[in-house]
Amino acid sequence: MNRRKWWDSLHSAHPTDNFMNFSSQDNTNESGEDNLAAGIAYDQLLRCVHCGLCTSSCPTYLETGDENNGPRGRIQLIRLVADGRTDLTDRMRHHLELCLDCRACETACPSGVQYGRLIEPFRQAIEAKDTRLEKRWDIFRRGILLNLFPYADRLRYVLRPMRMLQRLGIVSAIERLGLLKLLPGRLGRLAQMLPSPTRPGPRLPKFLPAVGRKRARVAFFVGCVADAMFRPVHWATVRVLQQNGCDVFVPRGQGCCGAIHLHNGDPLGARRLADANLVAFELDRYDAILVNHGGCGAMLKEYGHHWHDGLQPHRARFADKVKDVHEFLDNLGVVPFSGRIEVSATYHDSCHLTHAQRVASAPRRLLAKIPGLDLRELPEAGICCGAGGTYNLTEPEMSDQLSRRKLDNILSTGAQVVLTANAGCLLQIQREVRQAGLGLQVMHPMELMDLSYRGEKLELKAGSEKGKMKMNVS
Amino acid sequence: MSNTELIRKLRAALKPENVLSVPSELVVYDCDAFTVERHIPLAVVFPRSAVQVAEVVRACSDHGCPVVARGAGTGLAGGCTPPPNGVVIVLTRMNKILDIRLRDAMALVEPGVLNLQLTNALSGTGYHFAPDPSSQGTATIGGNVATNAGGPHTLKYGVTVNHVAGLEVVLGDGSILQFGPVEDPAALDLARVVCGSEGTLAIVTKIWAKLTKNPQACRTIRATFASIDDASQAVSQIIAAGIVPAALELMDRGILDAVEAAFALGVPPEAAAVLIIELDGPEAGLDSLLEQVIALCRNWNPGEVLQAKTPAERELLWKCRKMAVGAVGRLSPGYMIQDGVVPRTRLPHIFRRILEIAAKHRVRIVNVAHAGDGNVHPILLLDERDRDLTARAKAASREVLEECITCGGSITAEHGVGIEKIELMEKLFAPADLRAMHRVRQAFDPASQLNPGKKYKTICQ
Repeated sequence: MNRRKWWDSLHSAHPTDNFMNFSSQDNTNESGEDNLAAGIAYDQLLRCVHCGLCTSSCPTYLETGDENNGPRGRIQLIRLVADGRTDLTDRMRHHLELCLDCRACETACPSGVQYGRLIEPFRQAIEAKDTRLEKRWDIFRRGILLNLFPYADRLRYVLRPMRMLQRLGIVSAIERLGLLKLLPGRLGRLAQMLPSPTRPGPRLPKFLPAVGRKRARVAFFVGCVADAMFRPVHWATVRVLQQNGCDVFVPRGQGCCGAIHLHNGDPLGARRLADANLVAFELDRYDAILVNHGGCGAMLKEYGHHWHDGLQPHRARFADKVKDVHEFLDNLGVVPFSGRIEVSATYHDSCHLTHAQRVASAPRRLLAKIPGLDLRELPEAGICCGAGGTYNLTEPEMSDQLSRRKLDNILSTGAQVVLTANAGCLLQIQREVRQAGLGLQVMHPMELMDLSYRGEKLELKAGSEKGKMKMNVS
Repeated sequence: MSNTELIRKLRAALKPENVLSVPSELVVYDCDAFTVERHIPLAVVFPRSAVQVAEVVRACSDHGCPVVARGAGTGLAGGCTPPPNGVVIVLTRMNKILDIRLRDAMALVEPGVLNLQLTNALSGTGYHFAPDPSSQGTATIGGNVATNAGGPHTLKYGVTVNHVAGLEVVLGDGSILQFGPVEDPAALDLARVVCGSEGTLAIVTKIWAKLTKNPQACRTIRATFASIDDASQAVSQIIAAGIVPAALELMDRGILDAVEAAFALGVPPEAAAVLIIELDGPEAGLDSLLEQVIALCRNWNPGEVLQAKTPAERELLWKCRKMAVGAVGRLSPGYMIQDGVVPRTRLPHIFRRILEIAAKHRVRIVNVAHAGDGNVHPILLLDERDRDLTARAKAASREVLEECITCGGSITAEHGVGIEKIELMEKLFAPADLRAMHRVRQAFDPASQLNPGKKYKTICQ
């Protein structure tokens, strides 16, 4: 059979696949304004030499073994569209949407391809040009992702009745009976993600003075989901900073970093939030702007290159001031911890901390200094837990596969505590632990450090009988 | 039977989620890390067992369409580029370590297990899997067997074939065979024949891998030289002194620029070449051996000789060496990496010739080399969009390999022949040699069903 016939036979088998004939030599590069790839950093495409050394770092490739779900394949798909060799087909779109944007491939890539600068604008363009009705009228996306999550006050208000139900034990009863699954799609998953009820504590004051010798003036970034759901982590963080001689300012008027909007196809909404933060933080007053959650930190550090308008230089200056709190303390030299914490712990790298910000050794170095702590290295520590921002809501199947993989790795260390520095990971791993009925404690590293400075003991939870068995088996 | 029917048959055999047949999903399988030649396959399948591999092979054989096995697709010679109208059998979903038996120093693995995955699984046991190609974090053990992969430490420990005790394979007719793992003088050692056959004799579905005891101690040094000539003279002398380092690697200035940009290794800018030398073995005597090596290097005026003092420093050195090729993207949008071998005494000669050839064809060439093995990896920088440059690079590449043959070496040490070097086989081997190889091939795969058009030209075509 000649090549043409063979091609046709493929097409006839799949009439929906509007993939054009492909030629490796033909390079027309018709990337006009209409091209989905118009906004991507084309030079990054050229940097990829197709060596494939990235594939094993990619969570979705590890799970599926398919090049289409690996960075090299995705870059090839984007390049086909960018070069005008084919339109985006539904299958291609699916593979690109399955990407977690964890950017582990950037850490692995020896050629330094900045994959985030390819996939992010490309997916934004897909979202923006998606004319399908269900996308246009996606109440979940508009109502919850874009208008609830990024606003800590609204979120806290909505969470209040839920917390009440949790405290009364009604939610766990419903969860045990599997009734949460009755909630429609993503809403049901969202309900499963909610952390256990803890007292949120009061709002952080505008200023918290340094304890002892003053070593730095820092501004603290509070964020949205992180503040609504993990305020105790914020309190722990600022106390640790105070102990380390930092005057901590918490500027009013700051809000969400914009990552949720940006990653859900609303770059303008993201810019509005970013610019509110530019106003809120007076750069010259502080030595650094500190963030304690990896996802927010990565976004803030990238303010300089997401939008191109008159404010860009200012945004770039802002981005230069942003430091992850572990990175900052590690550089500053941490004041010795006081209390012993006799537990075994393992540290999971948040993707946006380790891959996007390249902060991997600092948290480990800090934790290693806590007296009594038995820190065990987690196998596949840098592989995504499946949270991926809002990925656990949009790609539930893959997300679940990855969080199970993560839990198995955690259990293999035999640790009693899992530490991770990102809201999404905390929620995801907590849910996985809760559903398995394990007694594992999931915490932010700052909480452990805070306990040590305060000389308090860590109280470990007991798991269910089923959970205990699981921990013993592994 | 039409292609549609074949695809239906494959879907029935493997379940639909393990078969790709939509053109826009097939396109990413059009090549491996050798990007100069590409073909979109007819279908891509992900079997999960030898039985499924056999079913696929039989279905394709009935249909008269060729198959090619693929691991991680990091091959550099086009070994798993699909033949036209071919089906790609991707083995990445067969990725389980089935058994580790430390008392026998052996592990049973599926072909999709990553090289490093096995070594990681052995951490704490005092054993490792010795072949360590630069792509070991990504490349599969099945792929290592197919190309008989090497790596820096094969200088002392030998290439993949030395670490394979047995194989389970599927032949072109769909039969499943097992060679080894027990050493049996009564049998022909067919596992060794399959190693390095680049998927042209059989598809490997299980590997009994030999495990190697970790050395008690090691010393790793980095020495800089004012010229690549001096560095390669030092290599020749170390080998001539009867010393077998665990690894003896060379990088020239060009590749160092890329490595510095990627990993900030800290090599002084005036250094024209760097040797990475690793010695391992029992702690006793290792330091005096190191002194001996350093003294030999001193004969060739090294700029600085630094020893890795911590495991982290050693790791950085190796990371720089192993990721060097991938870092070439910082120098150029594309490249072609060559894999020639020369007798070690001819290293200075081949590097001089490479420079001349680069100048002649107006192609920039940077060098890494497993120098201790006489294995050179000139990397030719190109841009696929520039056809003239690509053609010149191909010509230069060919000339380098011809020079290797003239020196008494070979056209490949570890990457394989693939489609890239198939033309040179006739230069390297006498017709009688090629006929013998062809007859072996026919014995395994009479219909030339498995990976045709690779390694040796299929004479029956």
